[in-house]
Amino acid sequence: MISRARIRPIIRKELRQIVRDRRSLGVLLAVPAVMLILFGYALNYDVKHVPLAIFDQDRTTTSRELTDGFLHTEYFDKVATLSSDRQIDSMLVKQIARAVLVIPVDFEKDLRANRAVKVQVIVDGSNATNATAAAGYLAAMAQDYSTKITLEALARSGISKPALPIDYRARIWYNPELTSPKFLVPGLIGFILMISTVISTSLSIVREREKGTMEQIIVSPIHPMELIIGKTMPYVVISLISTSLILFTGYLLFDVVIRGSIILLFVESLIFIFCGLGLGLWVSSVSDRQEAAFQLATLVSVLPTFMLSGFAFPIRNMPVFIQAITYINPARYFLWTLRAIILRGAGMDVFWQETLFMVVFAAGITTISWNKMKKLF
Amino acid sequence: MRTILFFLRKEFEQLKRDPNLIRLMLIGPIMQLLIFGFAINLDVNSVPIIVLDQDHSLQSHDFIARFENSGYFPIVARVNRLSDIDKYLVRGDASLALTIPPEFGKKILKGEPAQVEAIVDGSESNAASVGLNYAAAIVAGYSQEVLLESFSRRGFGELKPITVTPEIRVWYNPDLKSRNYILPSLLGTILTQATVSLTALAIVKEKERGTLEQLIVTPIKTWQIIIGKLAPFAIIGFVDILLALGGVMFIFGIAVRGSIVMLLLLSVLFIFTTLGIGLFVSTVSSTQQQAMMTAMFFVMLPMNFLSGFIFPIENMPAVIQGVSYLLPLRYFYEIIRGIFLRGAGLTELWPQVLALFLFGVGILTLSSLRFRKKLA
Repeated sequence: MISRARIRPIIRKELRQIVRDRRSLGVLLAVPAVMLILFGYALNYDVKHVPLAIFDQDRTTTSRELTDGFLHTEYFDKVATLSSDRQIDSMLVKQIARAVLVIPVDFEKDLRANRAVKVQVIVDGSNATNATAAAGYLAAMAQDYSTKITLEALARSGISKPALPIDYRARIWYNPELTSPKFLVPGLIGFILMISTVISTSLSIVREREKGTMEQIIVSPIHPMELIIGKTMPYVVISLISTSLILFTGYLLFDVVIRGSIILLFVESLIFIFCGLGLGLWVSSVSDRQEAAFQLATLVSVLPTFMLSGFAFPIRNMPVFIQAITYINPARYFLWTLRAIILRGAGMDVFWQETLFMVVFAAGITTISWNKMKKLF
Repeated sequence: MRTILFFLRKEFEQLKRDPNLIRLMLIGPIMQLLIFGFAINLDVNSVPIIVLDQDHSLQSHDFIARFENSGYFPIVARVNRLSDIDKYLVRGDASLALTIPPEFGKKILKGEPAQVEAIVDGSESNAASVGLNYAAAIVAGYSQEVLLESFSRRGFGELKPITVTPEIRVWYNPDLKSRNYILPSLLGTILTQATVSLTALAIVKEKERGTLEQLIVTPIKTWQIIIGKLAPFAIIGFVDILLALGGVMFIFGIAVRGSIVMLLLLSVLFIFTTLGIGLFVSTVSSTQQQAMMTAMFFVMLPMNFLSGFIFPIENMPAVIQGVSYLLPLRYFYEIIRGIFLRGAGLTELWPQVLALFLFGVGILTLSSLRFRKKLA
């Protein structure tokens, strides 16, 4: 029924059409890697160099010691020294500073008298992520400073070099430098694969429908299945090439080393590509025009892959009913699998369930859209 | 004047015949708003931890209770072996593992340093670094207290810890909800998505079909064609803005601190910019597929990611921060956030407004010129 001899010319035709449209081909092959470069550098949760304004009402050696302690880290940069509390408002509204440290009068005197002192920190909370991180740094630094002066006070009262009772160490697993690119690369691969498979297959099929060339193909001896295979194969190859480019770029520029098996990674990617192709088929079976296909494809591929997969937003923070939706999103499983392979070096024993789901999804969506498609022929 | 009115009427008529497109242009944004609104939450309110207590002494329980009572570190499991930690961290069920060695209590009592280790899942770097800071602060606080207690026991009298506590006050977004920062910006995202790609597609489609050429031989002037083609999308874009604004305010309850009228006026200014970009994309594409690829990869993705929608510009390297100045969406985001969160007015926002204005005029002129040349 299905003959390779008939599929080959369709593949050749599709390839020729792709190659002739240089820009679209370039977009499919190279842009993913470029996006990785751009986004790898740009998408960053790492909060450093928060602009800090200081309103020191005490102006003593001790207060300067405290502010120096804050500024000697890479987390805060001093942008202004204030002389009245009226300036705080304009500092923050104009976004010259993102945080203001206010040291009270008698700061030194109170500390000398062993009284607990409160310093005030005003944080611009409009960007909650950065504000939370900044507040975290401040809390840790203030605690450090307290410990330091307590030890100094003990030393002054005659106890020689007291040692801290707890030797606290933090170890960071999976991503020791705590950089965002390592976390985001697997997500970007999924994102890009999804966009290129769903959008390009659906457009390529809907285009034929729109132009009426589909009808010409239908009256030819080509079996619909052959047509679909012939039309999607080139995109499978293109997607695999762009996956390799992304991985290579990630390795070169962001030191993203694949800890697990690279073969497994490609197998999983291939399964995911089939999920994308299935979705693309579904989109083309329900839309008869390219702009409709584009909008629908964006809605079912870009949005869920970006929003509901854990790519940029942690799933455990979402409300329960949104979490429920993420369970039918293949991107969620793919991302999880990819992160497990790349960052943690995990194997099939950890994510066989995820893999199974993707296989079922790909088979299911392809069958559904195949049945819908058949009616069109 | 009459020509343009007739032409406009024809364009709207054409759009009306296409209920699918209108539906997509209205449903798409609503779906986006709902999904974004419910799914976006970058808040690190809590860091789930697991505890490996190898000591089970009074001291170790007290130490763990510090974490539990901070409200920051809910304990999801207590494990007995080091190898169990891996299981929880790999699955992502916990982000931090606290390990307490045997003899922890004894060492504390004797005044010897006891080692405590925190293992953090670094793959989610944001949550990890925030969690580490708070954990460090808790440990330091505990250690300071233990130290002073031990000295009091040894007869140095009642010692009180000297503390400098930061009293943190948060302005503009006191609940520190990332949603309040990200959701208002959706106005810009949705508008870009709806107008740029669809304008480009609609024009390229006419180009593909040859209907644009038919228009040229009629007495309608080029600028009239441009206005006629763009006007329906301007209106749909404005409706999208109203829908998104309503959703942000009433579904998600984020209030506008500044003037809503000004926000809407500046949205119109931004619509002109996106229509200009859409027109520009249409002049550089010859097929719909090209137009879509160009709109998607060269306009929408970079604009969304590099203009500070979710990932703050201030965290980006200097070169990319420079690039972001070339993106009109950046200015619109700043305007939206200024008005929404800080209640800023023109006194604070005029540079952004000016930039947006210049950009809009520039891109509309450029693409109109290109459009004319292509037609001639």
